[in-house]
Amino acid sequence: MQVLAIFIPLLAAIFIPLLFRRARTIHTGWFVLIVPLLLVSYYATFISRVMDGEEALASFNWIPSLNISFISYLDGLSLLFSLLITGIGTLVVLYSIFYLDKTKEQLHNFYIYLLMFMTAMLGVVQSDHMITLYLFWELTSISSFLLIGYWFQRDKSRFGALKSMMITVAGGLFMLGGFVLLAQMGGTYSIRELIAQAPYFWDNEYFVLALVLILLGAFTKSAQFPFYIWLPDAMEAPTPVSAYLHSATMVKAGIYLVARFTPIFAVSEVWIWLVTGIGLLTLFWGSFFAVKQSDLKGILAFSTVSQLGLIMALLGASAIAFHVEDAANTVFKYAAFAAIFHLINHATFKGSLFMIAGIVDHETGTRDIRKLGGLMSIMPLSFSVALISSLSMAGLPPFNGFLSKEMFLTAMLTLKDFELFEFSTWGILLLIVAVIASIFTFVYSFYFVFKTFTGKLQASELPQKPHEAPIGMLIAPMILAALVVVIFCIPNVVGWLFIKPAVFAIQPFLYQDPFLASTPASVDITVKLWHGWTAPELWLTVCIVVIGLILFKTFEKWQKLYRLQPAKFSLNALYDFIMDGILNRGMTSLSKRMMHGSMRHYFMYMFAAICFIVIGTLFYKDAFKISFDGAAPIELYQLILIIVLVLGTLTTLVARSRITAIVGLGAVGYTVALFFVMFNAPDLALTQLVIETISVALFLLVFYHLPRLGKVQEYTPFRFRRLVVSIGIGAMVTLLALSAHSQKLVESINQYYKDTVYSLAGGGNIVNVILVDYRGFDTLFEITVLGLAGMGIYAMIKLRLSRKEKSNENE
Amino acid sequence: MKTNKLKTNDLILQFTAKIVFFIIFFFSIHIFFAGHYTPGGGFVGGLLTSSAIVLLVIAFDLKTVRKILPINYMYMTATGLIIAVATAAYPIFDGKPFFTHYFDYFDLPLFGKTSLHTAALFDLGVFLVVVGVTMTIIQTIGEDE
Repeated sequence: MQVLAIFIPLLAAIFIPLLFRRARTIHTGWFVLIVPLLLVSYYATFISRVMDGEEALASFNWIPSLNISFISYLDGLSLLFSLLITGIGTLVVLYSIFYLDKTKEQLHNFYIYLLMFMTAMLGVVQSDHMITLYLFWELTSISSFLLIGYWFQRDKSRFGALKSMMITVAGGLFMLGGFVLLAQMGGTYSIRELIAQAPYFWDNEYFVLALVLILLGAFTKSAQFPFYIWLPDAMEAPTPVSAYLHSATMVKAGIYLVARFTPIFAVSEVWIWLVTGIGLLTLFWGSFFAVKQSDLKGILAFSTVSQLGLIMALLGASAIAFHVEDAANTVFKYAAFAAIFHLINHATFKGSLFMIAGIVDHETGTRDIRKLGGLMSIMPLSFSVALISSLSMAGLPPFNGFLSKEMFLTAMLTLKDFELFEFSTWGILLLIVAVIASIFTFVYSFYFVFKTFTGKLQASELPQKPHEAPIGMLIAPMILAALVVVIFCIPNVVGWLFIKPAVFAIQPFLYQDPFLASTPASVDITVKLWHGWTAPELWLTVCIVVIGLILFKTFEKWQKLYRLQPAKFSLNALYDFIMDGILNRGMTSLSKRMMHGSMRHYFMYMFAAICFIVIGTLFYKDAFKISFDGAAPIELYQLILIIVLVLGTLTTLVARSRITAIVGLGAVGYTVALFFVMFNAPDLALTQLVIETISVALFLLVFYHLPRLGKVQEYTPFRFRRLVVSIGIGAMVTLLALSAHSQKLVESINQYYKDTVYSLAGGGNIVNVILVDYRGFDTLFEITVLGLAGMGIYAMIKLRLSRKEKSNENE
Repeated sequence: MKTNKLKTNDLILQFTAKIVFFIIFFFSIHIFFAGHYTPGGGFVGGLLTSSAIVLLVIAFDLKTVRKILPINYMYMTATGLIIAVATAAYPIFDGKPFFTHYFDYFDLPLFGKTSLHTAALFDLGVFLVVVGVTMTIIQTIGEDE
């Protein structure tokens, strides 16, 4: 049942086209709504079990011979994510029922993709087997690609979809590499088993490589610096999709991955530095550029990037808990707690903000913040929801963002006090970055809500006459906004129900290993609303608010700062350069240069490569050896024949007319026949003579029919490169033949033929007996080849289309 | 092959060709049968036979030769292949591996004690294929405009 629950959305998706076609009068979303609603209540039943430290495990064998199975593993962390996915999923489906028009939109596509995505996300967070985790991971990429490109008639949608696909799939492939390395180290694909034996392979030579690869997967998915660039472009998706995928669920898959693998990798300094450092950089970068945006969803996209960076930084800090002793590590448990707490908070306020942005877009017809303003009195409900969520995002009381912001500052404050990994010197920098980022967060939160809803109404600029959204559309954001306030009021209940089990999952050793932690009771963290006057967090918050307000007021004056950065040096330009410049145009021009269709050049490549490989191998393997032991003495008539042969060859090469070349070639052929005579091969000599005659005759025939035009330049022009390559090939073959001749490994089997040619085969001519008896199989297929050649020539000449027919066919 | 140009009175050529054709043809038959013990065999035999026919083509022309020897060379190729495959496949029905040859001495009424060998049948296939293919090629190219 537990494994089946993952697949329920996918199975439900099968019925969507049927419902869409049969029940046109009812919005398809109402049917879809049942699925996440059922699932969220199903997962809610696990809460009490997981709270007590139990884990629910179920598995379904998929490929038993390779030990691959779908394992659904529900502990604190995956249950929290499952509840988020299904919970927010319910609200998003509800919202989309009012957002998408049932007559104008291809609803069946939308809901199939959405349900597919839901299965994929549930699979990602519940899979215990890394291969199935990867499978679901890619399924999220694909379904997100389909959802972003939902309005596929628009260029920008297709561009955004392709960009997100490229970046996340590239990251996914890196991650797969990391998984495989990890499985090689631990001998198992099960994450639980790997965590259990984590202490044993931290000094493995591939440990850091696996770490970096898995982090690349997590960073691309969670839009961390510098891979965040797909997220703003993914805003072309319908707003329910942005709310669901790009704020609450998919972008948190990377967070989940980092949290899940923390017990394995936290022992490494690299992990701590990378996760914390990249997280903080993303936090700052996202918040700084969010203020630059003029599109409502653009602001939210950068804000999401920045908040994800915050969570990432906290997760990185929580990994330090694995290094420090008893008393100190509670602080870092605190960081893990803060990370999970902010994850929940972010899902609530960002989901509602996206929905509000969608409502504004839906009711006014634009998302451009420069055209908006003064909507407060027209859309009072949307304004209240937006205000609550924005203030929570800015980190103000009495909203839940305040609590997690305080915890974040606490974690960053304590970081700088540790004498570990040079945090004492660099830690202060981290704190400063965090504070500056928080100030910008404050600014864009205010910018978002007050630029949209206050000020003067520019009715002429708006494509539609604005009015309040239908109540159905407002239900979902209102529920989320209510949660924002509720969580602020009862943070400890949330912490006790959801966060504590999740922190258990992130830092399992701390509660099992007697050397690292005292008792499980020591995780009991109570969220304090009030730190007291002396707490530095409070003064930092006051500082953030004051500077933020000043910056917001003087916003018009310093906005010019953003124009300093030219578009040429942005990361998007880099992406375009890689995709279009290098991959598209660069590769096209490369293949145009290499593959221009000239046979001569292809032969040059082939011969040069053969030459290089063979001679290289000869020298590399030290197989190069020449000995003339056992060579027969050279007779005078052989010498004469060789001279004739060389002369014939040279004639063919330097001949100025083709007919000379043909005659030269004939001379070579007849000399070879003479060689056969001399080396006691009468059968070969006979055949060679006749065949040479026939082929010379055929050459002459072809020569006779050459078109007049081409006859002007008859001799081969001299090219130095060709000379080099042909000399190389000649030298290569000579060396190879000499070396092969000089070192025979086994005796020839010809003695056997000599002994048995009469007794076994009843013949006298060994050559012929070999041809028809010992190895008649070869002859059988050689005559088949001959027959095919004959038929081929017949077909080419007799069955060719007349010119007229040919030109018709080409049209 | 450029037979049209030789249509003037080539009496000597045509007369000699008639005789030489038979000499070459019988020589090729000899080479074919002698192949198992002395140099020769189906391949050279076939090539020589076709060169004898080519001589006729040169002395007369394609149409005349076709009248003298009304053979479809494509069928000849096919027959040769069938004979070769059949010879090779026969031992399967006898419970022996593919391509097992049989040979023994027989007392034949006219030839006396003779060595007969199924390899000769296979060689006959080779002979027919070679003649068929060479003649197909030469005939098609010769008839092409």
